[in-house]
Amino acid sequence: MTDNTTDAATPADEVNLGKHRAAEEAETIVHETSRERETLLKVTDLVKHFPVKEYSGLFPKTLQTHAVDGVSFDLAKGETLGLVGESGCGKTTTGRLVTRLLDPTSGSIEFEGRDIAQLKEKELRPMRRDMQLIFQDPYGSLNPRFTVLKIIGAPLEIHGLVPKNKIKARVQELLELVGLNPEHVNRYPNEFSGGQRQRIGIARALAVEPKLIVADEPVSALDVSIQAQVMNLMGKLRKELGISFVFIAHDLGIVRHFCDRIAVMYLGKIVEMGDREDIYEKPQHPYTQALLSAAPDLNVVRGAEPGERIRLVGDLPSPINPPSGCRFRTRCWKAQEICAAEEPLLTPAEGKPEHTIACHFPEVKSDLVVEVDAS
Amino acid sequence: MTDTLAGAPAPLPGSTRRPPLDPNAELLLEVKDLQVQFPTEDGMVNAVNGVSYEVRAGQTLAIVGESGSGKSVSSMAIMGLHDPKRTRISGSILLDGQELVGASQEKFRSIRSATAAMIFQDPQSSLHPLKKVGAQIAEAYQAHHKVSKAVAAKRAVEMLDRVGVPNPDKRAKQLPGEFSGGMRQRAMIALGLVNDPKLLIADEPTTALDVTVQAQILDLMNDLQAEFGSAIIMITHDLAVVAEVADHVLVMYAGRSVEFGTAPQVLAQPRHPYTWGLLSSVPSLTADVGSELKPIAGNPPSLLNLPSGCSFRPRCKYSDRVAGDRCAAELPEFREVPGEPGRLFRCHLEDPATIFADEVAPTLE
Repeated sequence: MTDNTTDAATPADEVNLGKHRAAEEAETIVHETSRERETLLKVTDLVKHFPVKEYSGLFPKTLQTHAVDGVSFDLAKGETLGLVGESGCGKTTTGRLVTRLLDPTSGSIEFEGRDIAQLKEKELRPMRRDMQLIFQDPYGSLNPRFTVLKIIGAPLEIHGLVPKNKIKARVQELLELVGLNPEHVNRYPNEFSGGQRQRIGIARALAVEPKLIVADEPVSALDVSIQAQVMNLMGKLRKELGISFVFIAHDLGIVRHFCDRIAVMYLGKIVEMGDREDIYEKPQHPYTQALLSAAPDLNVVRGAEPGERIRLVGDLPSPINPPSGCRFRTRCWKAQEICAAEEPLLTPAEGKPEHTIACHFPEVKSDLVVEVDAS
Repeated sequence: MTDTLAGAPAPLPGSTRRPPLDPNAELLLEVKDLQVQFPTEDGMVNAVNGVSYEVRAGQTLAIVGESGSGKSVSSMAIMGLHDPKRTRISGSILLDGQELVGASQEKFRSIRSATAAMIFQDPQSSLHPLKKVGAQIAEAYQAHHKVSKAVAAKRAVEMLDRVGVPNPDKRAKQLPGEFSGGMRQRAMIALGLVNDPKLLIADEPTTALDVTVQAQILDLMNDLQAEFGSAIIMITHDLAVVAEVADHVLVMYAGRSVEFGTAPQVLAQPRHPYTWGLLSSVPSLTADVGSELKPIAGNPPSLLNLPSGCSFRPRCKYSDRVAGDRCAAELPEFREVPGEPGRLFRCHLEDPATIFADEVAPTLE
């Protein structure tokens, strides 16, 4: 436990954010439904299979885990896309493929119009500056033997962004930006609390002025009161620096709060994608409906009528041998023969081209989330 | 929403998922001024500094708090899971009429599983990885019942069936590693309930699970409670889970109880500034989008060195409403909320109901 005075309460809003590359371009930020947007990232048919060995017979067999199996989406400048789904649905793998921490099996990843899916490490290095990751675990993702100065200064040095003698000053600026005390540059990660460490991880990602940040469950390891601090910080950075986010999380409340568009994943595929309102108020895929209705709701005790409850039975099928046709059919209450025979493709909803659903029997359900009168 | 939140303590709708409370239910557990301290090289860690609550038969108490608030440590004291050589426990724990503070390991052994059982957050590490699931449940049954192995094994299969494990015969002969996370937690619950305990302590039982599986497990616990009539202490940090399962709620902060009441009271008409802060921090599925979340500033205090007076004072926005320097000088009593019998809170504020209705409630939705 360290100094309490530096966290959260710091009026980081007053800090001069300085010039940021993405901010200059972000004047063209277009939110939500407008389609005249500039695409930053376009992912097409992304596939990642991991080999797994099975030792059942005399000779081990090599099988493939279908972690990500044909995922396509695009992300506009300044936009935030949420990836939601249960563990094992491939959301983290997608995030790591997009930032090329993993090599895709096939598919293309166009970043500012350039396909980076098959680039070699050497060609990738200069591009790493444009895309950064924030990790879930604020304990495991910072080197415990490095001071904050070294952790945040390393990317500055590697990319040669700041002359050596100015690194410290820049790191202090970044610390201030994320609401930490700039005097703490020589401290080690263990001298900070969880929320403060996550801020260090954010400062490190910001150091290279990225255009895209992939945030993989950035707050799920933090306590609720601290979660809100970090979420507000990320919201501020997005607004003021114009950074695009791919936001991976399982907490549906936080995703709704932070993301413009949401892609729901199930067993390596996107099953439904659309704007926040489409997904939360008019979900059409049975899995999205089940996910939303499974989330416990605080308003129940405030007298709100609970919405319809859908209970899924059973567990996620194995991604080594996914079900034929629609992958959700083994747990779906609507499943018919066609679901096993034919894989449903992402199809636009009626009159809403940007809301796509991969289901043979889509159906609007809007009474799942407890309705509360805002007035 | 605001109109139901504001105003006097009008009769609140109970949680729609819970049966109505029986005020005459038998008092099963009474914890009074419990303190748990761990001496360390750096000094005394005051993990629990005065917690009081009661649990009645067949009812569910949720203990809410952030990491380090003492919610797990206080519950482990009920089960006698602290090393007596390295822990100082004082106060009183009356479980089913028996005093457990200072009780012998012998006594705890007879209580564990038979009177009170505990299930943990991580079923992976709380089941023996190399013993068959059925055998582990049977062993717990045999520890308290003089029955043959075959009878115990049969009982284990029955329990697995009860908690919704498919093919219980086959599953009983498998190792925990062959179970999925949700199935493992079901097996843990079967193990906890095999001796039909009067009290089940569930320490973050669904935190490691996905939402759809969490919903299954919470439903299961509600069903089993109706069937077995056990009292449940549910330890969690997730207020939405509390709303779904709890009859009563105890909010803890820095090792102390700060608010107690029925679930609708605490969640819809909270009286302690820390509870206000917790509720404001959570983005709900219905709140306005794009608005800023309202976090609690700062961090929880170090348990080695608690602030003077009220532990929440350094993070509290309302301490200037209390005359003088009382919040810093004097630890508030865990006292009844003015005008609301049966509700307790630990705060110097004179009229928390008005402050909540005027200033906090409008910001919640």
